[in-house]
Amino acid sequence: MSRPIATTRSVTGIATGKLAVWWVLASEIVIFGGLLCSYLMHRLGHPEFGGYAAHTNTALGATNTFVLLTSSLFAVRAHFEAEHGRGKSAANWLYMTVGGALTFLCIKGYEWHHEISEGFVISKNAFWSFYYTAAGLHACHVIGGAIIMLIIAQDAKKNQELQRVELIGIYWHFVDVVWIFLFPLLYIAK
Amino acid sequence: MIEHYIEQVSTYAADIDNLITMIAVITGFWFVLVEVVFLGLIVAYRKKPGVKAQYITGEEKHQKRWIGIPHELVLLCDIAVIIGAVRVWVDVKQTMPPAQETVRIIGQQWAWSFVQPGPDGKLDTADDIKTVDELHVKVDTTYHFKLEARDVLHSFSVPVFRLKQDAIPGRVITGWFRAKKTGTHDIQCAEICGIGHGLMPARIVIESAGEHNAWMAAQAALATK
Amino acid sequence: MSQPAEEHAHAHDDHGHDHDHGDTGAHGHHEDGFIKKYLWSVDHKMIAKQYLFTGMAMGLIGGFFSYAFRMQMAYPGHNVPGFGVVSPNEYNQLITNHGTIMIFWLAMPVLIAAFGNFLIPLMLGCDDMVFPRINRLSYQIFLLSAIVLIASWFVPGGGFGGAWTAYPPLSAKSQYNLTPLGSTMWVIAVALEFVAFLLGGINFVTTAMNSRAPGMKMFDIPMVVWMIVIASILFMASVGPLVAGAVMLVFDQQLGTGFFDPVRGGDPILWQHLFWFFGHPEVYVVLLPAVGIVAEIITVFSRKKLFAYKTVLYTAFGTAVLSFFVWAHHQFIAGIDPRMANVFTATTVLISIPIAEMMFVYVATLYGGSITLTTPMLWALGFIGEFIIGGVTGIFLGSSGSDIYFHDTYFVLAHFHYTFVPIAVIAVFAATTYWFPKMFGTMMNETLGKIHFWGTVIPFNGIFIPLFITGMGGDHRRIYNYANFPEQWTPHLIQMREFATVSLLVLIAFQGIFFINFFYSMFKGKPAGNNPWNANTLEWQTVSPPPHGNFAELPNCYRGPYEYSVPGREEDFWPQNEVG
Repeated sequence: MSRPIATTRSVTGIATGKLAVWWVLASEIVIFGGLLCSYLMHRLGHPEFGGYAAHTNTALGATNTFVLLTSSLFAVRAHFEAEHGRGKSAANWLYMTVGGALTFLCIKGYEWHHEISEGFVISKNAFWSFYYTAAGLHACHVIGGAIIMLIIAQDAKKNQELQRVELIGIYWHFVDVVWIFLFPLLYIAK
Repeated sequence: MIEHYIEQVSTYAADIDNLITMIAVITGFWFVLVEVVFLGLIVAYRKKPGVKAQYITGEEKHQKRWIGIPHELVLLCDIAVIIGAVRVWVDVKQTMPPAQETVRIIGQQWAWSFVQPGPDGKLDTADDIKTVDELHVKVDTTYHFKLEARDVLHSFSVPVFRLKQDAIPGRVITGWFRAKKTGTHDIQCAEICGIGHGLMPARIVIESAGEHNAWMAAQAALATK
Repeated sequence: MSQPAEEHAHAHDDHGHDHDHGDTGAHGHHEDGFIKKYLWSVDHKMIAKQYLFTGMAMGLIGGFFSYAFRMQMAYPGHNVPGFGVVSPNEYNQLITNHGTIMIFWLAMPVLIAAFGNFLIPLMLGCDDMVFPRINRLSYQIFLLSAIVLIASWFVPGGGFGGAWTAYPPLSAKSQYNLTPLGSTMWVIAVALEFVAFLLGGINFVTTAMNSRAPGMKMFDIPMVVWMIVIASILFMASVGPLVAGAVMLVFDQQLGTGFFDPVRGGDPILWQHLFWFFGHPEVYVVLLPAVGIVAEIITVFSRKKLFAYKTVLYTAFGTAVLSFFVWAHHQFIAGIDPRMANVFTATTVLISIPIAEMMFVYVATLYGGSITLTTPMLWALGFIGEFIIGGVTGIFLGSSGSDIYFHDTYFVLAHFHYTFVPIAVIAVFAATTYWFPKMFGTMMNETLGKIHFWGTVIPFNGIFIPLFITGMGGDHRRIYNYANFPEQWTPHLIQMREFATVSLLVLIAFQGIFFINFFYSMFKGKPAGNNPWNANTLEWQTVSPPPHGNFAELPNCYRGPYEYSVPGREEDFWPQNEVG
């Protein structure tokens, strides 16, 4: 379909697409913010949560933090290439980022498999409910981001819609930042 | 003004009613004032042939006064309301006069149970007196209640006392009341609690000390039979 | 800022891979098929109509529910014509879904989505929303949410009946609510509705920020657009925690998690915080568009500039910010720390200042005007007159001491109906009758319109004034039969309940006149012309109804929206796009 003239206007000087991504992020921040505040309130009222948190695997959590941060770096590289009009190279960096996302998900899957087999299932108590829900919601964002990234990489290869490489990059940093909040709250605070 | 609709039976009922009357006077004044000005302007400035509307921006100082002064007056009224509200609230909910009697109140789907200490004067002992959907209390006696819920939220509401408190599973919420008249009145559940929410009517029976003691003795006798 | 001429060139460049749409001119959509035109459209005006009609249909359902439970209130246990005998279970489902529908599927879609979609691009002088396909997706998700809600009434166990506030543990466990599927579908429907409005908000905010007509400065934006934008931001900033809460509630229902289960370290009060952190700002999310609509209408029909435009804007911002700090006034007696109540009493009572100021501004706008009482003007004035009652009665509930008695009584119910009915009914009728000529190109019948106005507003007061009284008499909400409570079963209170119900029947009967007027005028009404009300804002400066692309040539903007009766001009209006 044709793009309306409205889309091409920019009274604020900020590209409309970028405004939209910031809007999405702002609404995501309050969603995760609500969840994490709820968790913190519970955490403060229930010292026994620390004991439950001891069963999480901090080493793997830290590895995942590293993986996600590295993938964010790839996303920055992709943006850099896209800005210079090198769509093909941008697409490759995006594929690398997706690779990071997959690694993250595999490690997460391994962790969960272990925890579930030890009997720490989502319905065990409020800590595990929060643990799986918060990390799960985050993992959904990782999956969603990876899929969108593949679609954008498809276009970028043909040097189309290169501005979107930056937009998905912004989103990916957000996913990263959410994890940086989740990791200490769910894993480290014991 | 509430006392026209429903009796005042607790010691704090009059405080709450007076607060409501005070708010009614303040808000009533504003309500009448604004509506009169509003309707008056509509009548006064109906379209007349040959008369053009005035051009008023409302941004100049002498114009903004018409908004600014009422604004400050509303603020003053708000402060009066807040002070009144907090005073009543502190009396009814935040401070607890010393207890003369204690009663445990338990809400469940869909009934109220009441537990009162038996002859030994202590709760949670074998001789406790338990009743369902009927609470017997002494007049002119300060009761502390310990409110619990078995399953879902309930709310213990005695309209003649002007008392209401939600019951939460997993918590024991303490509150107080002191009846100043004998009589029998309704207890309602004020928080939706499932299909039978409208079917958990209970009664509160306020008796003189003599009557109450006789009732207690009869209950204790029943329990030991 | 690019010039309109260049913009047309842009549009051609971007034509890309789609051939279904013509240019931005008048020869727009004649080649589209029915589905493409009515169900799969990306045109903001069509999406607005989709929202309007879906909202109206849901409103009819919600109205029917209120008929059924009001009949039960007045004549408990009797057969309700067209429904049957209302069981306690059905009663709970009726009130729950009535509340849910009227707020989420009537007030939100009509006030924000329908009028937001219709007005924002037109009033800002552009051809569409900035993301038409996101706009279409937003409506489709909304439609899906409505279907899920309706489907939830027909699954085994029936629809959810735990009140629109859905407090756990009742809502969280099927052994308590006895609606294992209905309650989950209810949560999912509400969550989908939130997603639809978050997506819609993207368009409202970015379009208003980025796509205004050349020359339109911040303070040249019509008030209703400002209000819808502020409402969208307010919605976005407040709904997030409840989206998380909805996920938690569905998990509690279906996976057996323990978020709201005290036995496993959860807390039922948590939901109340998440719910009301959204729920109270939500009141202002629907209020602000309504007061925006009223601002447009009273200025046009009193031929006056809006009194203190900036003050209105600041009160709206003030209300929006304050609304985040008042939520716990819904929980005074819910078992929160009693000291907290003092803080929330102060913030809640203080929110009366911006709202009162807004009303003062509107009353002041009438001063020195040249007032014509057309149907839309009657509705707009009706809004002000009635909303004031809703406002002042709120003080009784925001003040903690009196709320101990009033909490969860019919006084609360009457209070918020005096806010929500002016918002979701009166302001909606104001907007519909005012913009009808632009939407459909024809005029509505004034006589029928006025009969409908009086036939709605008088019985509206007839319903809720008696309910204030039953509330003061101690009637609690959500109780399906007062015959069980001797103190509530007095002749006086019984009479009041009957009076309210009969008033509702009268009100419902008069809505027939609206629908006759609406559909008759749509097909047979006399042509409206471009600007039947002699209004200034840009939507009136194009043909009615506007074609695909809205304007033959996109307008430039030279002045604010409320330059009526400017001294020295022959005409008493001065369109925003008129040069000189």
